[in-house]
Amino acid sequence: MIAVGTELPEEIVYLDRALLKAYADASGDQNPIHQNEEFALSVGLPNVIAHGMLTMALVGKYVTNWSGGSASVKEFGARFIKPVIVPAGERVDLTINGTITEVNGDQIKIELVATSAGVKVLGMAKAVVIKK
Amino acid sequence: MLAPDSVGRTFAGADSITISQSEIDAFAAVIGETDTSIAPPTFTIRISLDQFQSILTKPEIGLDWSRLVHGDQKFEIFAPVKAGDNLRCSATIESYRVAAGNEIVSVRSDLHRSEELVISSWSTLVVRA
Repeated sequence: MIAVGTELPEEIVYLDRALLKAYADASGDQNPIHQNEEFALSVGLPNVIAHGMLTMALVGKYVTNWSGGSASVKEFGARFIKPVIVPAGERVDLTINGTITEVNGDQIKIELVATSAGVKVLGMAKAVVIKK
Repeated sequence: MLAPDSVGRTFAGADSITISQSEIDAFAAVIGETDTSIAPPTFTIRISLDQFQSILTKPEIGLDWSRLVHGDQKFEIFAPVKAGDNLRCSATIESYRVAAGNEIVSVRSDLHRSEELVISSWSTLVVRA
């Protein structure tokens, strides 16, 4: 069912330090705030935080799980409003929901909500897809 | 402090970049994507951020990359990127302002494959006071 107001099924993915290291290697973003707790604390962060672009990439995967793969995404945007905090030895959740807010021909706009530990981490998150 | 005359300037990348299958595979593996015939939607952020860094930290532009955080990000994808694509990058500094001591720079990245524009993306980068 594709209509304005349709809710996509919720998905929960988990992040840990190993995933942050894998994303750092895959993306080339080796900023120590995403890997080194001592450094993160020294710049005023509560702990190591996930790359905003890792969070966005995982939300992108949520979208493409529904819309039919990477080629279905035409637009994708988000604001990074709060960090995903990843303490050592823990798995933290990224809980993702989406709602269809516009259908324009074959283009479907989805508004996305992503939270971690109950805190909303992305703002104004939305994607436009053509479902395959 | 960003040099005021740099706003509105477009910078062409020095070289084109060839996308390898192993880069796509590594990125896809992190997010659990098994179809690596094309790149995930946010894959090209690496190319764009690298180019922004090399431009914005030039001495005549003068941004302090070490205090930078990513404020927001948007992609428009006209065609998927795949292994073997040779991408030319250009970056434009669209706006700059200072708010509460934070420097806020909006930059756009355009990636072309031959003459075809494949992805435009917009990043807001914030240099914390």
